[in-house]
Amino acid sequence: MEKRVTFKGWLLPMLLIAPQLIISAVFFFYPAGEAVWQSLFIPDPFGLSMQYVGLGNFEYLFSDPYYRASFLTTAVFSTLVTLVSMVPALFLAVLADRLVKGAGTYRTLLIWPYAVAPAVAGVLWLFMFNTRIGVVAFYLNQLGYDWNHVLNQREAMGLVVVASSWGRISYNFLFYFAALQAVPKSVIEAAAIDGAHFWRRFFTIVLPLLSPTTFFLLVVNIVYAFFETFGVIHTITSGGPQQATTILVYKVYADGFVGQDLGSSAAQSVVLLVVVGILTVLQFKFVEKRVHY
Amino acid sequence: MADNRFEPPPGMVEKRGSALWLTHLLMIVGVLVIFFPIWLAFVASTHTQSEIAQAPMPVLPGSHLIENYTRALFSGVNVPVATMLFNSMVMALGIALGKIAISLLSAFAIVYFRFPGRRFFFWMIFLTLMLPVEVRIVPTYQVVAGFGLLNSYSGLILPLIASATATFLFRQFFLTVPDELAEAARVDGARPMRFFLDILLPMSRTNIAALFVILFIYGWNQYLWPLLITTNPEMNTIVMGLKQMFPSGDDIADWPVIMATSILAMVPPVIVVISMQKLFIRGLVDSEK
Repeated sequence: MEKRVTFKGWLLPMLLIAPQLIISAVFFFYPAGEAVWQSLFIPDPFGLSMQYVGLGNFEYLFSDPYYRASFLTTAVFSTLVTLVSMVPALFLAVLADRLVKGAGTYRTLLIWPYAVAPAVAGVLWLFMFNTRIGVVAFYLNQLGYDWNHVLNQREAMGLVVVASSWGRISYNFLFYFAALQAVPKSVIEAAAIDGAHFWRRFFTIVLPLLSPTTFFLLVVNIVYAFFETFGVIHTITSGGPQQATTILVYKVYADGFVGQDLGSSAAQSVVLLVVVGILTVLQFKFVEKRVHY
Repeated sequence: MADNRFEPPPGMVEKRGSALWLTHLLMIVGVLVIFFPIWLAFVASTHTQSEIAQAPMPVLPGSHLIENYTRALFSGVNVPVATMLFNSMVMALGIALGKIAISLLSAFAIVYFRFPGRRFFFWMIFLTLMLPVEVRIVPTYQVVAGFGLLNSYSGLILPLIASATATFLFRQFFLTVPDELAEAARVDGARPMRFFLDILLPMSRTNIAALFVILFIYGWNQYLWPLLITTNPEMNTIVMGLKQMFPSGDDIADWPVIMATSILAMVPPVIVVISMQKLFIRGLVDSEK
């Protein structure tokens, strides 16, 4: 789409667009280019010179069992976060949609967690499951279950998944609730007159009508799990125990800043660039579909 | 959502009697479960360390609210929480207002002018979508360090300020503004910036407000970037400083102060979201389109 009426001149628009372009160039494109460049070199131990190694960093990276494990960890983590944040959200949205009165109040209460930063959410959940003083850990203990996410890998993963999904439930709820409100009531009424009970109507009519929203949320939540959960992992487990919760983004940080392995960290950044690229394309494909639905 | 189809009165399908009560009951349980972590943090922020440390901790508020919050705000652990709150406020406002300002300008340029390289610049802005901070942390850190911007507000704000999303949103909106308005402005001899300031900007008010809510929360909740570039506790933001309040090693964390801080860390974004709820939901749905 283009405007028919436009203003003349080229200097003014250049000046207008300049701030955004300069910031993009300095803080986005130059660093991204630098990551690609650095991924082809290994600095010597004193940081005095760089040695060209071609794709050596990548070969080394993919032969590193910890890096391959991190891929698997990321896959498990993002699948679980997507499920745990979407299913309860859909359930709550269906409930809220059935209410004529009070839906607004529930909605106001339910959007709170969205405003809570992932890192703060991490601290809240850490507090509940703290092995020494956590309330939930205490009652689990009373029930005979010895909770210890500091040592147990599965429990650590479970805790970061729940803490990461918690705020996302609000987000997904809002989208599902809006989508449910847009389902034409006449279709539901017709099915009800034909004798279809609630769950049958839900699975045969409502859920298919929600599929564009579901696809959209799937992609958005995967992006979230990949890139925005660093705060949760850093506050709760710091990637442990034994790297059980080290997702790809966490590993870039751990290798680049804590481990000071710049070549490897840069190569990991390049791999992530490819991942973001794919996810962005997917997102646009789905969003386009959603608009045309 | 507005449509002209026949709508039966609400409540015709299974919204009576026991089913209704069951729905309310399930909803309340859901809300309580979702709310529980926040409630517990609040309760912990009103008790003393020894009351919390004695498992199980109480589930009702205690009497040390003022004491704990005063201690957090004015002494904190590494640095007074009031300082971190101020830093967060500067960062969140800087990011939100900065993003809105540069996006408005570049969207105006792209929609209302024809100039060489326009399409190329548009795609350049589009590509920044694919470069989140998390992906380019080490080189971006080096750039910021090179400019001497570590431990500064500019260093916190600038690398996060370019936003393809906001630019697209404003572009989308400008395209729906009737051509007659620009035409009339041109006939009246108004210069482009007059048109922008007197007509376009006032018309974009709602969009700006909706976007502000989303971007404020985005800025407030940043964690990784402040963690990298604020080595001086005086420059910590509250969201990243919270984790720094935990002692290293085996020392016992000062839970009342930490929990008071986590409540303080969520108050500003929650106020923004709740008070601008309608705009927020609109901004959320729009910015994801």
